[in-house]
Amino acid sequence: MKAVAAALVTVEGLSISAGGHVLQHDLNFEVRAAEVLAIIGGSGCGKSTLLRSLVGLDAPTAGHVRYGGTDLQAASPAELAAVRRGFGVMFQAGALWSSMTVGENVMLPMEMFTKASAEERTQRARKHLADVGLADAFDLDPSALSGGMRKRAAIARALALDPPLLFLDEPSAGLDPPTSAQLDTLLMSLRDGQGMAIVLVTHELDSVFAIADRVLFLDAQTHTMVPPASPRWLRDHGPTAVQAFLRGREAHSASPASEVAA
Amino acid sequence: MNPSALPLDPPSPSAIGGVCTRVLRQTGEAVLRITHLTAGTLNFLGQVLQSLGRLLRGQSQMRAKDLLMQLDETGPRSVPIVALVCGLVGLILAYMGAAQLQRFGAQSFIADLVSVGVVREIAALMTGVILSGRVGAAFAAQLGAMQANDEIDALRVMGIDPIDHLVLPRVLALTLIAPMLTAMGALVGLAAGWLVAVSTFGILSADFIARSAQALTVNHLLVGLGKGTVYAMLVGLAGCRQGMASGRSAQAVGQATTQAVVRAIVWIVAAASVLTVLLQRLDW
Repeated sequence: MKAVAAALVTVEGLSISAGGHVLQHDLNFEVRAAEVLAIIGGSGCGKSTLLRSLVGLDAPTAGHVRYGGTDLQAASPAELAAVRRGFGVMFQAGALWSSMTVGENVMLPMEMFTKASAEERTQRARKHLADVGLADAFDLDPSALSGGMRKRAAIARALALDPPLLFLDEPSAGLDPPTSAQLDTLLMSLRDGQGMAIVLVTHELDSVFAIADRVLFLDAQTHTMVPPASPRWLRDHGPTAVQAFLRGREAHSASPASEVAA
Repeated sequence: MNPSALPLDPPSPSAIGGVCTRVLRQTGEAVLRITHLTAGTLNFLGQVLQSLGRLLRGQSQMRAKDLLMQLDETGPRSVPIVALVCGLVGLILAYMGAAQLQRFGAQSFIADLVSVGVVREIAALMTGVILSGRVGAAFAAQLGAMQANDEIDALRVMGIDPIDHLVLPRVLALTLIAPMLTAMGALVGLAAGWLVAVSTFGILSADFIARSAQALTVNHLLVGLGKGTVYAMLVGLAGCRQGMASGRSAQAVGQATTQAVVRAIVWIVAAASVLTVLLQRLDW
């Protein structure tokens, strides 16, 4: 039996809201080392908002996000900066810095937080870009990249400091199937090769079944989560609405969280 | 009988109450809006000052290359438009001033008027206004677009302070470049005044130069350059403040850009009024 890895992130009693509306409440889960945790759910259930709370961009209305012994909500600016250097984030549209080349985007975190020389930074940035299939994009402006290339470049930037944890917001959205499959392969190699934990928000069920170790389902109707489990288990034995969602049909009427509670 | 001539019914007490409630609500909302705006601006100013403090202590995340890039963006590229506008305003000042002075046979004082007016007030004011339209608007648009594209969040989430990385180089570049632009604007304005005085009003070139040199003091020069620096700093702060506070839509970025220009001009005029009165009182 596979041993349960240590928790990198612990979420306790988290409530998130947007525009005065509660999106989710009483979220409790953890992110373990060397796992891919997929956050799924219908549109507007708060997936991206949850991701922003996990990385400290949005303050939750209640609860705690802990990285090791550091509570994100109570952390000093210095502690927050230290925690943030321990993970990489890829935003939905890439969010590459438009005033820099792709290579400079990847090198900036190294320039800020490492003592690597300019030559070392260049080599490492080229390697990260090659890992995501963008070896020739080093000197290009972000505006010259397609949507899929921007996402891959953003992943290369998120990997710049070789963090143990990666957050990805809709990495496969808008990508053609071969590119999406390449991205899945890359994420699996990061998990299996480097022991990296990956938290991804996604709508792509193919990716979920291909790479996710556990799935966290956010219910837009009851505003609560279904406890994380493997995608196949949830598809075959989970609450009805989650089964329907994972079989490709949106949950409409059932309330999976209450079923689990029952 | 013409219906329009009918006497109006007196407003009912409930209608008066409704109007009072509406006026009170609108007043309250306006006060809250102004309070919120002022608090936001003061908070931003505090963050910039903290960032400046980190720079002075050698703990800033500002990169020298970003400062140099902003100096290039704000300085040399602003020279033609600043020169053109300051030259034209110097010309207008000389022409209008000389026309009035000529009525009293005092057109030789045109040099005093132009040199003191341009060096002490006009060059700084016009440079500030031009920078608000050319540079302040660009700052707001750049930072607003970065906000809309999550680029600023991408900095924050990596532990890179956006004030250090984006705002400080812009405000510093504008503050450093302002005395040079103001001095250049003043020179061009003086040259335009000299041209009008010599070519239109028959003032001897040597007389114009001698009177200007006599009228201008170091104080005038320092006040002019100081005002130019203050105005440019206000332009930088207004542009960056609006950009950083921008919403995430294209419309919001447009509004931030417009507000940056309007706010910068209002701040410049307010600062000009305060400084002019203050410096006169201090006999500077």
